[in-house]
Amino acid sequence: MARSKELAPGVGRLSRSQVFARRGLFKGQKKTEKAPEAEVAAVKEVQVGGEKNGGKRLVPTAKASRFYPAEDVRQPKKSRKAPKPSTLRSSITPGTVLILLAGRFRGKRVVFLKPLESGLLLVTGPFKVNGVPLRRVSQAYVIATSTKVDLGDFKVDEKFNDVYFAKPSSKGSRSAEEEFFAEGKPKTKEAFPESKSADQKAVDNAIIASVKKTENLSKYLKATWGLSKGQFPHQLVF
Amino acid sequence: MSAQESTFKRFVEVGRVVLLKSGPYEGHIAVIAEIIDHNRAIIDGPTTGVPRQSFPYRHLTLTPLKLSKLPRAAGTGVVRKNIEADGIVEKWNKSSWAQRRAAIEKRRSLNDFERFAVMLAKKARGDRVRKAIKAAKA
Repeated sequence: MARSKELAPGVGRLSRSQVFARRGLFKGQKKTEKAPEAEVAAVKEVQVGGEKNGGKRLVPTAKASRFYPAEDVRQPKKSRKAPKPSTLRSSITPGTVLILLAGRFRGKRVVFLKPLESGLLLVTGPFKVNGVPLRRVSQAYVIATSTKVDLGDFKVDEKFNDVYFAKPSSKGSRSAEEEFFAEGKPKTKEAFPESKSADQKAVDNAIIASVKKTENLSKYLKATWGLSKGQFPHQLVF
Repeated sequence: MSAQESTFKRFVEVGRVVLLKSGPYEGHIAVIAEIIDHNRAIIDGPTTGVPRQSFPYRHLTLTPLKLSKLPRAAGTGVVRKNIEADGIVEKWNKSSWAQRRAAIEKRRSLNDFERFAVMLAKKARGDRVRKAIKAAKA
């Protein structure tokens, strides 16, 4: 059935991707892998009758089609666009206190550590101070304050990259019941990996040491940020 | 002019100290040197960085301060002498109006961390006051 009603000749009501979604062909896609096809030689030898024909001849196994489309099919244009590497806002430097605006830690003030390859920012609460763990955040959902925590010569370990934070890919779909219950009883939660909590402590120790040097800074990081009546973010100095 | 005294206290008059409300010299004070018409006056502020210019009344506020002996249409030099003799700038800076303006300006320029420190200080003050009152009542 034609789902994309024509608005004008050659112009459908739905976009290509919308038609794709509505046709739902992806639902029937095969999940098992095909068995590898047996390799077939490109040519085979054939006995040919007739004296003057040399007796044998090499003939292609698959006969070339006798027909070909009269009109050329257009090759889709190759996109030469490449995503630009994101640039870090100039107000964000290692040690900057950021205010998170979105996500489950919105309103928290955190310390910026370094930008990651993907353009996300690596931040930490520190966890001991305000409960925000080592975490990636987008710089679009962040207010940079002029307050800086002096990190000194503290270097963030190279192992903290996007792969470190990637979720383990789950195989296939599982029902919600399977996920939370085993044999009719709630599953016990998986413990937080020891190595990660050790990493968190190692990073936080260095930062907390420098946070303590400034009066009130620890309290400041612990407190959440918000707007009260008559306050407008564009009029405030951060 | 009737013999009855006006209920108004501040007038647009030569020697009146005014506060500018807009333009590049917003927030500065100046003195009315000459009245042009019912819309504008010539103002001058040689000690406050305001050059002599015509200025609409709509964009200035009259202050209670006034130069006592400023002649009409006095030049910048005479205005400067009078301002210094009367100590107008010091008087203005001491006024609660100017101090409140400075305080508001100061608060606006604080960054997030400094605002937080102010909040803590206010809480500490409130705490001490509350405790002192309780001790005094007992």
